[in-house]
Amino acid sequence: MSRRTRIQRWVVGITAILASVFVFLVPFAFVVIQAAKSPAEASSMNFDLPAHWLFFDNLVAVLQSNDGIIVTAFINSTILTITSVIVMVVFAAMVGYVLQRKRTRWNPWINFFVLAGLIVPPAVVPTIWVLQGLGIFKTLFSGVLVEATFGLSFSILLFRAFVATIPRELDEAATIDGAGPIRLFFRVVLPLLRPVIVTVIVVQSVAVFNDFQNPLYFLPGNDLATVQLTLYNFQSQSLSQFNLLFMDILLITIPPLVLYIFFNRQIVAGLTSGAVKG
Amino acid sequence: MTTINIPVQSVSAPPRPDGRARKARSIYPSWFYIPAIALYVVFFAVPTFASFYFSLTRWSLFDATFIGFDNFVTFFQNPQLFNGFIHTFEYGFVTSGAKVVLGLALALLLTSPVIGRGYLRAVVFFPVLVSTIGVGFVFKSLLDPFHGVVNAVLGVLHLPQPGWFTDPNMALWTIAGVDVWKGVGIATLIFMAGIVAIPQEYIEAARMDGASSWRLFRSVILPLSRPAMGTVIILSLIGGLRSFDIIWATTNGGPGFASDVIASVIYKQYQAGFFGLSTAGNVILFLVVTAIMVPVSRFINRREVEL
Repeated sequence: MSRRTRIQRWVVGITAILASVFVFLVPFAFVVIQAAKSPAEASSMNFDLPAHWLFFDNLVAVLQSNDGIIVTAFINSTILTITSVIVMVVFAAMVGYVLQRKRTRWNPWINFFVLAGLIVPPAVVPTIWVLQGLGIFKTLFSGVLVEATFGLSFSILLFRAFVATIPRELDEAATIDGAGPIRLFFRVVLPLLRPVIVTVIVVQSVAVFNDFQNPLYFLPGNDLATVQLTLYNFQSQSLSQFNLLFMDILLITIPPLVLYIFFNRQIVAGLTSGAVKG
Repeated sequence: MTTINIPVQSVSAPPRPDGRARKARSIYPSWFYIPAIALYVVFFAVPTFASFYFSLTRWSLFDATFIGFDNFVTFFQNPQLFNGFIHTFEYGFVTSGAKVVLGLALALLLTSPVIGRGYLRAVVFFPVLVSTIGVGFVFKSLLDPFHGVVNAVLGVLHLPQPGWFTDPNMALWTIAGVDVWKGVGIATLIFMAGIVAIPQEYIEAARMDGASSWRLFRSVILPLSRPAMGTVIILSLIGGLRSFDIIWATTNGGPGFASDVIASVIYKQYQAGFFGLSTAGNVILFLVVTAIMVPVSRFINRREVEL
């Protein structure tokens, strides 16, 4: 490497790092500082460090506010995320597998509907109408089914692409050894899908956990509130308590952050699949 | 995403290896479709088809009175609602365009040998995973016209201090900026994957032939990252046209109706109890998204470059 390119490397790199500090890190530092302030300090919204770091006090205050609604919300969000993602993984894996393996004249139609599910915005009030007709509106159960449905298309695309990389000979070998279709899928194919299953779990968990619009429509009321809804209600109810609002933001950011640290590679794989070969 | 290739794949289905001698019962059971189809039909297809009918009614969830196209007439005659229609296009194209340009630039930077690459990749991507509502509130505070840090800094530098979210002429663009800040990480990631996949020999060959950096970008990297570009455009357009969370978190469509889009109009009409009008908004959004996405994805498919 020539001297000039080495200097260039450093100059560009340091410029980019400085820019990233201002553009990306300052907002996060702001959240942390605000979350540790007293109410009066926080309402001034400046970057002064708090006189006393009230981190722990604010944390307790947030968890206790409104009869501990945030704890309820965390429980709701956890149930909603875990169950809807399980449904997505199992159902989408089954579709992605058969869709990739079996060629029939229905395939173009199924592909079309999968794509439509990805593009078409869900019709909100008619969905509520359906949920009411089934007698499950205002239950967490309906939220699970709705979130799972809206996530199906994307998951199917990921599974279908991955199944294509598993050699068909494997299926035939297992069949010759006497495995039925169900054994073949659950005992032979599904274990091989592990990498893409992890990807789907991580990507969709983040999506469901951070979703605001669907819980807003389909999970009304304090008992069903998810973390995103409590955050929203927090700011409309208590404008004077900016410190607690930011502590709430911080709390809600932790689960995706943890996922990111542990599953960085799978997230990247999921979001970039198809970028290369289309 | 694999979305782009679907028409191609489905047409060129290869014959099964076992040909015509297929057994009556396939080892790939069709009933594997049924659970997913059940969910899809009940919670997606039925509401979508029902929306076409209910958009033509005055509707209270319990009884619906057929009123023809009145809801659509209201939508397009009422300037406040119609504004949301126009804003949806502006917002969708601006955010998508900005994500393509910035994402490509960042991807070029992050695939070149700069120092601190790992850190930069992580920091650019992280906002993607953060709650949209949280991001909205943070920027609302940072860009507060009176107390906000950004305007305080601008004041010290004797620069104009705009009312980011409070100026009707700026609110929508400020939100678009925040949206790009949050979403550019995905675009960057997809472009990076596309650029890394370009065979190194092509780049070396171009260099050998004396291509400048610009020429290398223009004639090798750009055409060969077309699939990535297609994915970014499609994903960011779908997201941008349907955008709701970030707008609701920052301005609620305000000041006045200055940053309303169709998705926020749908919610406002729903809140006000005008379910028919709200559903008409949904149908309009459906038509807008389809009318844009179908030609765009056709175009992108056609121009795809084979490696």
